[in-house]
Amino acid sequence: MATTTEPGKTGAIHNIGYRRYDGPRLGRRDIFLALYGQTLKGTFGIGRGLGAKIFPWLLFGSTVLPAFILVAVQTQIPPGPEGPQLLVEFGAYTVMVQAVPSLFLASQAPQAVSRDLRFHTLPLYFSRPLSYVDYVRARVAGIATGLGILVAAPLLVMYIGALLLEFPIGDMTLKLLAALVSLVFLVAMFTMIGTLIASVTPRRGLGVAAIIAVLSGSYMAATFLQALLGSFVSEPASAWGGLLSPITIYDGIQAFLFGWSPVDAAPSTPAVAPGAAAGLTLLAAAVAITALCYRLLLLRYRKVSRS
Amino acid sequence: MSTISIQGLTKRYPRVTALEGLSVEVPEGVCGLVGANGAGKSTLIKILLGLTPATSGTATVLGDDIHTAATAIRRNIGYMPEHDCLPPDASAAEFVMHLARMSGLPVDAARQRTADTLRHVGMYEERYRPMGGYSTGMKQRVKLAQALVHDPRMVFLDEPTNGLDPTGRDEMLDLIRKVHTRFGISVLVTSHLLGELERTSDHVVVIDGGRLLRSESTGNLTSQTHTLVLEVLDPAGGTDATETARKALAERDLSPRASGDLLYVPVTGPDTFDLIRDTVSAQGLGLVRLQRDRHRIAEIFGEPAAREGSAGDGDDH
Ligand SMILES: Nc1ncnc2c1ncn2[C@@H]1O[C@H](COP(=O)(O)OP(=O)(O)OP(=O)(O)O)[C@@H](O)[C@H]1O
Ligand SMILES: [Mg+2]
Repeated sequence: MATTTEPGKTGAIHNIGYRRYDGPRLGRRDIFLALYGQTLKGTFGIGRGLGAKIFPWLLFGSTVLPAFILVAVQTQIPPGPEGPQLLVEFGAYTVMVQAVPSLFLASQAPQAVSRDLRFHTLPLYFSRPLSYVDYVRARVAGIATGLGILVAAPLLVMYIGALLLEFPIGDMTLKLLAALVSLVFLVAMFTMIGTLIASVTPRRGLGVAAIIAVLSGSYMAATFLQALLGSFVSEPASAWGGLLSPITIYDGIQAFLFGWSPVDAAPSTPAVAPGAAAGLTLLAAAVAITALCYRLLLLRYRKVSRS
Repeated sequence: MSTISIQGLTKRYPRVTALEGLSVEVPEGVCGLVGANGAGKSTLIKILLGLTPATSGTATVLGDDIHTAATAIRRNIGYMPEHDCLPPDASAAEFVMHLARMSGLPVDAARQRTADTLRHVGMYEERYRPMGGYSTGMKQRVKLAQALVHDPRMVFLDEPTNGLDPTGRDEMLDLIRKVHTRFGISVLVTSHLLGELERTSDHVVVIDGGRLLRSESTGNLTSQTHTLVLEVLDPAGGTDATETARKALAERDLSPRASGDLLYVPVTGPDTFDLIRDTVSAQGLGLVRLQRDRHRIAEIFGEPAAREGSAGDGDDH
């Protein structure tokens, strides 16, 4: 290697033999995967400072720890007459701890997308091989995977606990799969809503607040309406109230598809799974919300990429 | 050989026309793209990168068509935007490393090239500190480094000297020169100031209001637009010395222009200097000063009438 030291006009810039790069250059797919990986790791603070790690891991702990406690308590309960009973069904767990995925999304979606907008970093991405569509997909996929890990981890703890306690393995596996399939709807809706909000709030604090407001506000409205419908109209009618928030949509879909009682029905009334009309409407709503937010997200970035 | 070839490129925004039928060939080496605010420099770069679509017209960058091969173009090019684009909480090392990966370098190569490139732009220990604390000069170097990190065939640098003090500007201009001479990378660099790019560029393209004013090798441009400035004095104490000299010079087929006590005479050939000196002394006047007027952008942009003239000149020569 030739090393030229040239006494330039300024001492600051040393000219130590420039080497051309003739190694491999990855294609768009691999660049996409690199951005996806960076986003996913970022949601747990990996590759960021210590401060960025505290909150996601605190949330992770606060959703996994109760699952361990449930397993521990379960060991102390003798099986009932119809065999062993789970203290909390897998499918019911996420709704119980719904504040945790909401907070995770509210803190990590702005982290993943607002900074690039706020500091005008996007032109540096878009002047590289990735298109704005690739960028949006990689970010969204990274956030969704992070959120998915957060909500799936406690269910796995409970599942393994149940197997150790010799619950029937076939039954438990089916329940776990059903819960995970249902969670796909929740994660999809959450991710799209959260990322869309973050993409229009370059100020990160504002994005965090807006996501919390939208998720918790809609959840309160939905449970309130469900309670009203359940009390004054009919129990099956309460399912329609669930249309107001992603959590209750998820819960209703789960009840509709797998026949579990929705968690949010008022405790006094025996819960009923939504009927066919309500169930299909909830499914359609989940798909529509996800698709609509994704479209809006693409439109938003299309505009940003050209300005 | 041209690196960039532009034919009839037009870009209309709802209210303004940023580029108007621009056709120009950019040769290899360092090419300066000069124009006043709003001339369309940044718009041109964004179109060449496929960041914004052209309203009409075509262009090729390193042989790739902007309409059909934008991804290939973006692989070959490094881009340094004019505005701030650095997240203050990231360090230069992690930021440039991430962008190296976004350009398609595998992890190890990205790390190696990040270290090398930051060193080449003169960033050492400070590369590990958050960029929020950097001076403007350091920020501009990091912006340049991210444009170079994937070893592009060509870089587009949009106002790299923006906001720099004179020393910082000189350092940046030297660095840009080296990007071509030492690294072998062609450069398209924009500026408001022709004088600034004169030193750095092999070729200069001047645009104004989205139209081509001229496209010349730097040598040609400076000799053609080179103007001598002179000041005369009547030893006998006459007060119309400047006017006398102006008339005399005009009779010798020079085109002097008076401005206060100064006369500006465009250089038309190698003997212009001698001709002025002889003409003035033949009038019995003393030359207080006769020197090259370091032309500023204003001279080329001139009044609208003068502008037409110089655009015509550019095509003739
Ligand atoms: N996204 C946009 N929407 C509308 N008009 C725009 C847009 N971008 C640029 N323009 C207009 O197009 C013209 C050319 O702008 P451009 O940024 O290319 O100029 P420039 O030569 O880079 O100027 P400067 O030296 O200020 O950077 C200007 O009149 C500008 O206002
Ligand atoms: Mg500009």
